[in-house]
Amino acid sequence: MISRTERGATYAILTLFAVISLTPVIGILSTAFGRQGALGTGFSLPEGGLHWGNFADAWTRGHFATYLSNSLLVTLVVVVVTAVLAILAGYAFGVMSFPGSTVLFYLFVIGLTLPQEALVVPLYFDLRYVELTDTYWALILPQIAQSLAFGVFWLRAYFRGSARSVIEAARLDGASTWTTLWWILVPMGRPAITTMIVITFMWTWNEFLMALVMISNESLRTVPLGLAFFQGQHTAETSLLAAASVLIALPVVVVYVALQRRFIEGILTGAVKE
Amino acid sequence: MTALRDRYRRRAPGEPRAIGYLYVLPALALYGVFLLYPFGQSVWLSLLHWDGLTRATWAGFGNYADLFTDPSLRAPFVHALVLLLFYAALPVAIGLLLAAVMSRIRVKGMTFFRTVLFLPQVLAMVVVGVAWRSILAPDGLLNDTLKAVGLGSLTRAWLGDYDWALPAVGAVGTWVETGLCMVLFLAGTQRIPRELYEAARIDGAGAIREFFSVTLPGLRAETAVALTLTIVAGLRNFDLIYITTSGGPGNSTSVPAYEVYHRAFETNQVGSAAAVGVALTVLIFALTVTVSRLVEGRRS
Repeated sequence: MISRTERGATYAILTLFAVISLTPVIGILSTAFGRQGALGTGFSLPEGGLHWGNFADAWTRGHFATYLSNSLLVTLVVVVVTAVLAILAGYAFGVMSFPGSTVLFYLFVIGLTLPQEALVVPLYFDLRYVELTDTYWALILPQIAQSLAFGVFWLRAYFRGSARSVIEAARLDGASTWTTLWWILVPMGRPAITTMIVITFMWTWNEFLMALVMISNESLRTVPLGLAFFQGQHTAETSLLAAASVLIALPVVVVYVALQRRFIEGILTGAVKE
Repeated sequence: MTALRDRYRRRAPGEPRAIGYLYVLPALALYGVFLLYPFGQSVWLSLLHWDGLTRATWAGFGNYADLFTDPSLRAPFVHALVLLLFYAALPVAIGLLLAAVMSRIRVKGMTFFRTVLFLPQVLAMVVVGVAWRSILAPDGLLNDTLKAVGLGSLTRAWLGDYDWALPAVGAVGTWVETGLCMVLFLAGTQRIPRELYEAARIDGAGAIREFFSVTLPGLRAETAVALTLTIVAGLRNFDLIYITTSGGPGNSTSVPAYEVYHRAFETNQVGSAAAVGVALTVLIFALTVTVSRLVEGRRS
């Protein structure tokens, strides 16, 4: 039925677009491993083997050791707190009914499309007023709030779909709502919770605008902010810039390759709401 | 037995349970303080003239009126709509066309292609910006390639050119979003029943008829999702503009998302910045609702 040409065309198109997707990535990689001050724009095998020195330079001279540890701390707190709070709220919205639950749930759904640009201005003045700008809190608290919109929306769907019979059986055995949640539903819902966690991790790790506005102290910069300033100061040092970019992208890309199904599922369902 | 039944009935799922409030409370508190409340404040600030330091004065809808009358505020919204062609329309069109070509084949190695095509979605926009800045630089890969194929006359500083900076930034957006659309539509076409294609063939439908009568209707839901995601991403696009052009040259690539930052934190027009932010929110809501009405044909 399906002709050879058709099959060939399909793979040719897929390969072409895969190459287009990868070209900038390969460019960054080859520049990162290239000789410092080399004028080429990469895309050739670096002369004289791989230059790991660029990474060491970015690490020390570019202060990326500090930036990475800041990013790590902020991301860890945001992901853990968001996960716990979203599990609690998603559970209540998913399996209990109480007056006003629908309205409250829609309040969370609004956050899925609300752009940061509509929040960042008052947030800055509020946090400056309570002297929290230039602290980790200024990065952590707003990002938890923004991640909760997705987290609550996503986990409510999971708890809604979780087996009624399991919940009822647990209840008949005398389990409280708390025990049912943490000992039965959470272990069963590991795929859904993993998706929520990797999406929150990616968003928080890549977040730029909040960091740009809230942080002026250099030692508190996260990696995206560090890269932006690094670019401003060292425009000519393309290999250091590229090495720093690789350091930023690597953690997310590694998790993505390992759990790509969860990533794609999470990113695509963010848009599916009533 | 009666006691058990009573207890069962009293505590059955879906029954009113005040304890639900306790479970929701911590999330709601943080969400309220750091998201809902600031949004309310944005609306309030947008009604004021304020430089961030001295006493604010009442502006009423003055900041909103400026969005229509002040050319420096109108331009960012026009740019955003132009960018939507690159961020949303083009990726969806490319994705649909390619899906049509590939719809009849069960692709082997799909996991690999999906992983690669989707990759731009997980890279930090800051990194994407840095990578593309070097490609679009005067001595970058694009100009080198043009020279190599004998089109040296076309080379230019893409991001520094008044006419070309906006399409150049748009092209980066197309690069980011096309893979997402392809992945969505490929998954969608694999779900369209084969019999529909066979029936269309038997009826003598050509490739074009087949596309419009089988593939396109079959991908309705996916198209809505793709448009929603790409439109929202396109309008929220701050990082990429900040890294590649900072709105320049002149204000030829300024977008609302960038204008909020620029006005609030660089030129001390806080009220105006808030108005741009609120207007952007309204635009996003309006467009996403329109998409779900038009494409999915949802009633009311």
